Order: sequence, then structure tokens, then C-alpha cells
Amino acid sequence: MLKFLPLLWANLNRKRLRTGLTVASIVVAFLLFGLMQTLRVALTGSPELAGVDRLVTMHKVSIVQSLPLSYLTRVRAVAGVKVASSLDWFGGVYQDDRNQIAAMAVDAPTFFEVYNEYSLPAPQKDAWLKDRAGAIVGRALAERFGWQIGDTIPLRSNIWTRRDGTNVWPMKIVGIYSAENGDNQGLYFHYQYLNESRAEIRDMIGWVVERVEDPDQSAEVARRIDALFANSSTETKTATEKAFIQGFANQMGNIGALLSAVAGAVFFTMLLVTANTMGQSIRERLSEIAVLKTLGFSSAGVTVMVLAEALLLTAMGGVIGLLLASAATKALAVSLQQFFPVLGMPAKTYAIGALLILLLGGLAALLPCWQAGRFKIVDALRRV
Amino acid sequence: MAHNAFIQLGAITSMNLRNMSQRAASSIVALIGIAGVVTVLVGVLSISEGFRAVLDMSGADDVAIVLRNGATDEMGSGLAQQQTRIITDAPNIARDAQGPVASPELYVVVDVPLRRTGTAANVPLRGVGPQAAKLRQDFRIVEGRGFTPGTFEVIVGRGAASQFAGLSVGNHLRWGTTDWLVAGIFEDRGSVAESEIWTDATVLQGAYQRGNSYQSLRAKLTSADALQGFKDALTSDPRLNVRVFTEKQYYEQQSRILVTLVSTVGAAIAILMGLGAIFAALNTMYSAVSARTREIATLRALGFGPLPVVASVLAEALLIGLIGGVIGMLISYFAFNGLRASTMNFASFSQITFAFTVTPRLLVQGLAYALILGLIGGLLPSIRAARLPITTGLREL
Repeated sequence: MLKFLPLLWANLNRKRLRTGLTVASIVVAFLLFGLMQTLRVALTGSPELAGVDRLVTMHKVSIVQSLPLSYLTRVRAVAGVKVASSLDWFGGVYQDDRNQIAAMAVDAPTFFEVYNEYSLPAPQKDAWLKDRAGAIVGRALAERFGWQIGDTIPLRSNIWTRRDGTNVWPMKIVGIYSAENGDNQGLYFHYQYLNESRAEIRDMIGWVVERVEDPDQSAEVARRIDALFANSSTETKTATEKAFIQGFANQMGNIGALLSAVAGAVFFTMLLVTANTMGQSIRERLSEIAVLKTLGFSSAGVTVMVLAEALLLTAMGGVIGLLLASAATKALAVSLQQFFPVLGMPAKTYAIGALLILLLGGLAALLPCWQAGRFKIVDALRRV
Repeated sequence: MAHNAFIQLGAITSMNLRNMSQRAASSIVALIGIAGVVTVLVGVLSISEGFRAVLDMSGADDVAIVLRNGATDEMGSGLAQQQTRIITDAPNIARDAQGPVASPELYVVVDVPLRRTGTAANVPLRGVGPQAAKLRQDFRIVEGRGFTPGTFEVIVGRGAASQFAGLSVGNHLRWGTTDWLVAGIFEDRGSVAESEIWTDATVLQGAYQRGNSYQSLRAKLTSADALQGFKDALTSDPRLNVRVFTEKQYYEQQSRILVTLVSTVGAAIAILMGLGAIFAALNTMYSAVSARTREIATLRALGFGPLPVVASVLAEALLIGLIGGVIGMLISYFAFNGLRASTMNFASFSQITFAFTVTPRLLVQGLAYALILGLIGGLLPSIRAARLPITTGLREL
């Protein structure tokens, strides 16, 4: 079959302008597709990043309501829970209202056990665990503001006030972490620091994240945790981290659906364009195809060649488009990191892209294939 | 001569447009491409128009919002009762028979399932003072009645009622240990308030163990110019540590990221899709020209000038652009205008409901864009048509 490759190439080269324009429109379609995927994930979070063995326990009424600190110890005692840590949203702002920082107060000793995809050099980790005013920051965040280990930065909170009435919290950077899940824009510090210094409330935590011993038992463990606090003044709602992130994604609402609709519209249009071009070039070449058939090519052989031509065309456009999208995402990631700390084209995009190439090429070749396989040789040869 | 050129132009253009049906398939492809671009462009931009409309409507120049210093939104703010009293005694606040037209408010979010997915969403629950309705010009109850102060009753904004499940009059909602009755549905000409659930602030303080503290204070000023005086009085008072915005400034700041994001994304999509559509249009027009090679050469041989040929091809491309644009306008208007949706506004960590708003300006923009796409798609092929050497053209099969 490979020996026909030059023939396919020659066919595509026959009308270079047309081939070029068609490939260009396919490139645009795949570029848009890659960007839409990236944007959708950036806007709605990526449930794939969630730990499969993690659960999130939050206040039943809303995540913004706090839980008593004692819940952390009680959750740890629930059968099936391996380890649990608490998180509190800090609402960090650095220097200017626009520089919002994803800062969290966490139960430091258990933090790395729950989030095992976060890594920090051992000496830095020890230093952090020992220093209650210490904070660890993601590599990207440190680079963004030029922070070094040993710096103390004034971080403002748009939620918490210190007991002295100010809302600027000095944070001493003692470590720079890197996270496999791509969250390299965070800042984590000790819960005790927040709890002892804030004026508003004491001994309350934001939410609890647990790792379970057996992911298959997640639902059962979640039920047990919620049962523990049922009918109390502070009831809880426990879900897998995936469901938690998915719930957040749903909150973005129609925007995600709209992006998919846009991508769909683009593809539909490109399908028409490619199909039309293919149809046209086959129609123009009917007499040649008739010659091929006279030479002994079967109808099936001719059909396969038309299909291969369409696939070659879409594959060229698709690959270039996806590569461009990936390059564009990298370029955009720097300028957009303020809005989207984690911006990257999801790896799945390539797999979906490959499927779309097959689909687009196949559908575009459908009508021309049918035409090419069906006609009578004599009729076609008689055409001018 | 000029007259002659004009006649040529008319003759050749009308002939060209009449035989467009010969090339229907590829013309329709280009047309659908352009219609798609216009639909998407208008659709995406109508979202940001929708946000803008909500936030424009919500922000009055003569209503001030007071937050704790350092807070960027109501949820992160906090004001003690004592402070709210000091603030309402400040100069430049409008007064009526019930005293200062001001409302100390609480702002929390509660999980209410989205109708669309059934998953929980952060819906704002606002505790308001007795004067709250006077601070929102067009506030009115459209169904049921207002909440009875001092009871666990809420009223729900029209937008919230349409997007979230279980918010109909007479329904009971359970948040924490309390049972709330939906007493009525209210409207405020589509402002942010319509995304919210309201109750009596003092009841909410009790339910949320907030003691007698509030989070924000809204005050009606005597005029829009009175803000500076009001602001100065508060910021120079040593008993207070607050920041003051007009409602308009506040909502502008709240929506800035969302609006910028949607309009940037919308523009980027439109430009890229436009590029795709130009390629499709170029393809169509080039093949239209190549299909007519002999015809064009014959016309040239008969004495038609190159200009009428260029014009006829351009006219065809522009007609495709025009029809595509009009189809796109119609689709986007009927599919999107008035469509209600909700999304998360991260600036307030809560849901905002809005309606897609297709304004006449957007429609005109869409049509202009379609014509530009048609023009670009037609220009190069038309020049090729005019440059075609007559003899080779006549020899072509």
C-alpha cells in the first residue's frame, strides 16, 4: 500500500493552492479545538487531576462555612480513613488587589501524606514543619514574584484580620515545592499561625481532605463520615475529590458547554469545507480514476485511495493545528498565569485529536468514495 | 466610456450572480462557514454584553457600599453593629421617614442544586435591613409576598429561581439546622440582586452565629457627588477602618475579570474562526474562477474590461458574505437572545445569573465581519480572474 504514497502526494500537489487552503482551514479548526480544550480545563478544573483515593468533607450548607477543629480528629478515627488534613482558604492578596494568591492554611504535618504528588526537598520540609510562621510556595509563584527562600513577604488576606486589627500577614518562605498535578502557583502555611492570630474565629477549619485506604470503599467511608456528624449543629457533606472538582466545574455552568458547542460548530464547518474540496477534486479526476480502473484497480482499491487522500489531508492539518495549539498555550500560559495558574493543553487532547482526524477524514471522503467506486468506466472515459 | 464600463459591470455581475446556482455546493459551504463565524461571534459576545448589562443595571452612582478595609468583596468583609451605626450617622446619606436610607447586610453562600446538573452551586444568601428595597430602585415582589422580618423566611431573585432547583414559592429549604420558607420571588430589572436569595439580616445573624455583626453596608447618598464627603467622613473616623465604593465601582471591579475574559476569548475565537472561513471562501472563489476560466476569457475577448471581471467576482463573494452574515445574525438572535444562564463569578465566589443579550450593535458588527470575510475571500481570486491571459483561458478545457 505504501507504494501508492507518491501517487497520493502527486494528487494533493496537483492543485497546490486548493490543498494549501484546505489544510490551512483544517489547521485552524484543530488549533481552535486545542485552545478550547485548554480553556475548558482551565475554567472548569480538571477532574482527572483529582486523587482517586481522596475524599473532601465540607460543611453541608456551603464550603464557605467553617467546621469545628475537633472534626479533623474525629474524621481520622473513622474506619477506612488512612490520613486526613485540614485546609482553610486564606484569600491572599500580594501588593495589589489584582495579585490574588491561592494561599491555604493547612495542617502541615499531614499535608504531604494527603497530597503525595507534592514534593519538597527534605531539609526544606523539616524547616517548614519546625517553623510555624513558615510558608511553602509553588515554583511558578516564586518565580513570578522573584521570591527566594528566607524572604518574608507581607501577604494581605481579604478574609482574615489579625488580632491587632491589621490584615497583613508576614509569611516567611522556607521552601519551594513542585507538584505533579501542575499546581505550582499555591502558597501553603501552618493552620496554627492562622488560628492563633486571627481575630474572627478560633478552632474552626475550612474543610477536611482524607485519603482512604481502599478507593473502592470511598462511598462507604464518605457515608460513615457524614453519619458521624448527622443531626449535629454542623452537618457535613463528603464526596470524592473528583466529584468535588466536577461540582465546581458544573458551577462554571453553561460556559463549558458553550465552548464545546463552539468547537462543534467549527468542526461541522471544517467538515463541509474538506468534504467539498475532496468532492471537487474527485469529480475533476473521474476520467483518471476510470483509467486506473481500466488498468485493473478494483473499486475497493480506488475507494481506499480516495479515503487515504482525505486522511492524509486532514492528518497534515490536524497535526500542525495541534502542535500550534500546544505552542500557543505555552506562550499564553505566561501572560495568563494571573487568571489561570495552571494552564496547559491536556494530554488527552492529542488522543481526541487523532480520533477527530480519522472522523473528519473519513466523513469527508464518504461522498467522493461513493462516487469513485460507483461509476461505469466507459461513461467516465467518455467524459471530457 | 465611463458609461460603457458601468453597463459592462452591470451585465457581467448580474450574469455571474445568476449562474451562481451552477456552483451551489461550494458557495453553500462558504456561506455556512461565514454564517457559523457570525453566529459564534455574536453568541460569545452576547454573553459579555449580558454580564455588562447585569452589572450596569446593578451599579448606581448614588449608592455607596462600605466594606472592611482590605476586603475585596462582601463575603470577606466584616463590620460590627457599632460600626454600622457610626456609618449610618455619617453626612451625605439620604434620609426618609424611617431614618437613613441604608441597609447593613450579611452575605453568605448556600449550596443549592443547579437545575441543569443537580450538583450544588454557591448561591448568594443575603441578609438585608428593613430599608434594603429602597436601595434597589426597581425592586418589586412578582410572586408571593415579602419575607416577614424575624422569621425564617426568604425571598428569591427571579434569576436564581430560574437557574436553581427548589426555589419556588411555598417550598421549604433546609440549610443547617434551620428550615426556611420561600415566601416570594422578586425582580429588580435584571440586576445582580436577582441572582440572590434574601432574608432578614437579624435572622441570618442568628442562624449563622454571627452575633450582631454584619459584612457590608449599603447607603443611599443624597446625590452622586456626595460620595467624596461621605468617604472622607468615614476614612477619617478613627473608630472605623473601612473602604468605600460606589455600587457602580464595586460591580465594575467584581465583573472585570469575567468580562475581560469572555470578551478576549470571544474575540480570539472570532478571529481564528474568521481565518478558517476566509480559507473556505478563498477556496470557493478560486474554484468558482477556475470553473469559469473559459467564460471569463470569452468575455474578455468580446471586449469586457478587467475591472468588471474583478467586480463580478467580488460581488459574488460579497453576496455570499451578506447572506451568510444575515443567516448568522438570525440564528444568533433567535438562539441566544434572552437565554438565561448562570456562572460562577470568582470575584464573589458565588453564582451570577444573566441573560445573553444580542444588541443591535453586535448584529451590525457580525454583519460587517461577514462582509469583510467575503471581501477578503473574493479579492485575490478576482484579481487572478482579471489577469488571466485570454488565449490560455480560451484554450482551457
